[in-house]
Amino acid sequence: MLEFWEGYAWPTILIVLKVLAIVVPIIIAMAYLTYYERKVIGAMQLRKGPNVVGWFGLLQPFADGIKLLFKETIIPSGANPVVFIVAPIITFSLSLVAWAVIPFGDGLVLADINVGILYLFAISSLGVYGIIMAGWASNSKYAFLGALRSAAQMVSYEVAIGFVIITVLMVAGSLNLSKIVLAQSGGFWHWYWLPLFPMFVIFFISTLAETNRAPFDLPEAEAELVGGYNVEYSAFPFALFFLGEYINMIVMSGMTTILFLGGWLPPLEVSWLTWIPGPIWFALKIAVVLFFFLWVRASFPRYRYDQLMRLGWKVFLPLSLAAVVIVGGVLLATGWVPNQ
Amino acid sequence: MSFIDRSMRTAFLGELVAGLWLTFKYMLKPKVTVNYPYEKGPISPRFRGEHALRRYANGEERCIACKLCEAICPAQAITIEAEPRDDGSRRTTRYDIDMTKCIYCGFCQEACPVDAIVEGPNFEFATETREELMYDKARLLGNGDRWETEIAANLAADAPYR
Repeated sequence: MLEFWEGYAWPTILIVLKVLAIVVPIIIAMAYLTYYERKVIGAMQLRKGPNVVGWFGLLQPFADGIKLLFKETIIPSGANPVVFIVAPIITFSLSLVAWAVIPFGDGLVLADINVGILYLFAISSLGVYGIIMAGWASNSKYAFLGALRSAAQMVSYEVAIGFVIITVLMVAGSLNLSKIVLAQSGGFWHWYWLPLFPMFVIFFISTLAETNRAPFDLPEAEAELVGGYNVEYSAFPFALFFLGEYINMIVMSGMTTILFLGGWLPPLEVSWLTWIPGPIWFALKIAVVLFFFLWVRASFPRYRYDQLMRLGWKVFLPLSLAAVVIVGGVLLATGWVPNQ
Repeated sequence: MSFIDRSMRTAFLGELVAGLWLTFKYMLKPKVTVNYPYEKGPISPRFRGEHALRRYANGEERCIACKLCEAICPAQAITIEAEPRDDGSRRTTRYDIDMTKCIYCGFCQEACPVDAIVEGPNFEFATETREELMYDKARLLGNGDRWETEIAANLAADAPYR
């Protein structure tokens, strides 16, 4: 019995508690990301944004969430009910699973695995399955077109993201996310956004495409496809897609922060800045990257489909491929290759 | 040279940065939001809102049942029945407006020879049931009594242009 408790039960309980400690703040952060988005885009359009529910509209995300929970889940008669219900669950759980390897601070990580970046990349690639299944199971032409667009788009931009990640890996010398962050220590000019600046821009634009955000929101394209892959969804399944999409935005911002903005490290190695705990720096940097997501959405019109494909395959792919060669060459020529 | 200039602008995302900078400047500008139920925008004296039947200052109703409004109404929303009153004057016994049919064109108030039927400044008369929008004479006269000050002021403001 003692063996059962010490060898199995306690570790399980501990892991469940750790998972809750990550998941609950993430979901709250997602709720406030919608608020953040509405406020920022409102301000950029000279509006106030939500300001009625609660102080400054702070309870608005919860009001929206409760509204979605109490609505009726409609399954269209032509839909495949099993796949139709499973698709949003996949999207949502994949977006949460990604958080397992993300380091919030020095040692503050659920699973400190050596191939963290590969895991993150794989999970973000799997995200497309939820969307394809939703589009296919809905048995609706708009949902189907949205899902097809989404599949092609996510596959194209993953190639560019992969090569950008390779350049970062070459410079950092590790696939472990914590080690990548620690390789950037020593002030904000050591973070990889400056030495790898073009890669940083390519990575950011590719994450916009990867998360189906404006100006690459063709899968949703509310003006042409009504709502894209989620037209047929209502109530809680729709809320799960929404949650999944926004948590994916946070995951991708977190990935940008870890790869290019020094993760949990303070911008300067001075005592009053290092005194502020790492998770706060991490959250602040994610908020800044998310601001760029929203800023871009308020500024640019949607890409046409052929422009999207041209940018992915004919601009970003050659550029990032060239960067892999150039960065590798520079590292070899200068003898800066890590872990030798 | 213009080719190099153009290529450089593309490579360094010149147009994109210019666009982002514009939206950022707009973000810091004062908001133009009118906080609606608490703040309202200005309304023209010619605003065509909810209908009202007016009275003379002595309390006598203006409408003489000439039925010009009923005749001109393009949506055929107005229904009037009339009979001579005990004192011999011609008055309506029924004056109904179907507000779900009304298109707020203002022809009725233009047709009216005695300024009896007018469209007042009120636009907040949404109801929970459809039946409540079938206005009868009592309701319209009530509107006239409630909004007389505003309606009279609006008519006076617009009088020089009529």
